[in-house]
Amino acid sequence: MPLKDEKPRLFLEEFSVKKAPNDYGMSDGKWNFKKFTKKFRIVIVRMDNFEMEFDLIGIQPAFANAFRRLMLSEVPSMAIEKVMIRNNTSIIQDEVLAHRLGLIPLKADPRLFEYRQEDATGGTEFDTIEFTMKVKCTVNKSQPKDSYRAEDLYENHSVYSSQMKWQPMGNQASIHKEADIGPVHGDILVSKMRPGHELDLSLVAVKGIGKDHAKFSPVATASYRLLPEVTLTREVRGGDATLLQSCFAPGVIGIDSEGRAYVRDARYDTCSRNVYKYDEIRDAIILSRVRDHFIFNVESVGALQPNVIFVEAVKILRDKCKSFLDELNKFN
Amino acid sequence: MKVTELPGDEDSGPTCRTYVFQNESHTLGNALKCIINRYEDVDFCAYTVPHPAENKMHFRIQTKKTPALEILKRGFQDLEKVCEHTIDLFEKEVKEFNKM
Repeated sequence: MPLKDEKPRLFLEEFSVKKAPNDYGMSDGKWNFKKFTKKFRIVIVRMDNFEMEFDLIGIQPAFANAFRRLMLSEVPSMAIEKVMIRNNTSIIQDEVLAHRLGLIPLKADPRLFEYRQEDATGGTEFDTIEFTMKVKCTVNKSQPKDSYRAEDLYENHSVYSSQMKWQPMGNQASIHKEADIGPVHGDILVSKMRPGHELDLSLVAVKGIGKDHAKFSPVATASYRLLPEVTLTREVRGGDATLLQSCFAPGVIGIDSEGRAYVRDARYDTCSRNVYKYDEIRDAIILSRVRDHFIFNVESVGALQPNVIFVEAVKILRDKCKSFLDELNKFN
Repeated sequence: MKVTELPGDEDSGPTCRTYVFQNESHTLGNALKCIINRYEDVDFCAYTVPHPAENKMHFRIQTKKTPALEILKRGFQDLEKVCEHTIDLFEKEVKEFNKM
């Protein structure tokens, strides 16, 4: 069952995963940068402000994984790190409230800020964003009669992320627009209150990385998978064709006008091995994955566009190399 | 100091070294190993994170003739080139995609 082209494949058999017999692993050949650039391709499949899908083709798994890890834990973003609580008479505890606030994604562009020094006592306009949140729940005086709905009875009974107010420090107001700083989503419920409950907080947001705390991670998910491939080895028609179709994700197997099954698009196959359950069709198919074709899925939290996050991640790796090179050059 | 040399190789010449990287892990270790392992003159190259609670990565290089330090530097240069190329290609593709 050898497939003719040069792609390295992993074959998904019933109980095992196998490499092709002539495949000795991609890390076997000598390193050659020219060869790498010749083989390496990037294809962008889907992209908007929050989500993107792209393919890295002909790359080592070590690099693909490094890029993924960098996006998750080393690309910086801004998040609320300190909450000064002047008054909190709501039922949610101070520390739980502070934690909840920390997880709210902020729109502020981390590239325009610096990391706060470890020994710094206070923030400056270059490394800190300050918000205040002052909400008091009261009885709604103009409530309609006979209503028991909280929305009618009380004012401010739900506190949302949109109620935090930016307090520009120093020159910040002239550099940043208010619309570019606050929370990504204004409808995140922070707390519920009843008349007499009150929140009076000041929030301090700083720049950080996901390694320190997941709230600083700029991505909701960043993952990759290998490109699935389905190959038909013989003709399958009639009832068997429908059976074959039902073994895969929708859209993977098509049936033509003569009732013959064909592989339409295996890209979004789940790679389940359902075919092996049926003796009449299990010999008609080869399931495989292309070992050097990585399908990346990057979902941004909202501060940076997903394509910017990827570039930032690679830049971080590049800068690391540069700084280590500088240091090694100082070695004897 | 972000990089230091692990003691113990004083008698084995310049071709065997273990470097200790502070605040680094599999991200850098595996990518670098992947390149250096494929150099002509390298006998052995591997990395380890000795303990998950310590932010350290040990990187071992053994070569036939070339000093290990030189190999390590070359590895960083090549990894930097890979990054540079990836950034350029990716930004070109994004531009193309946005044109459509």
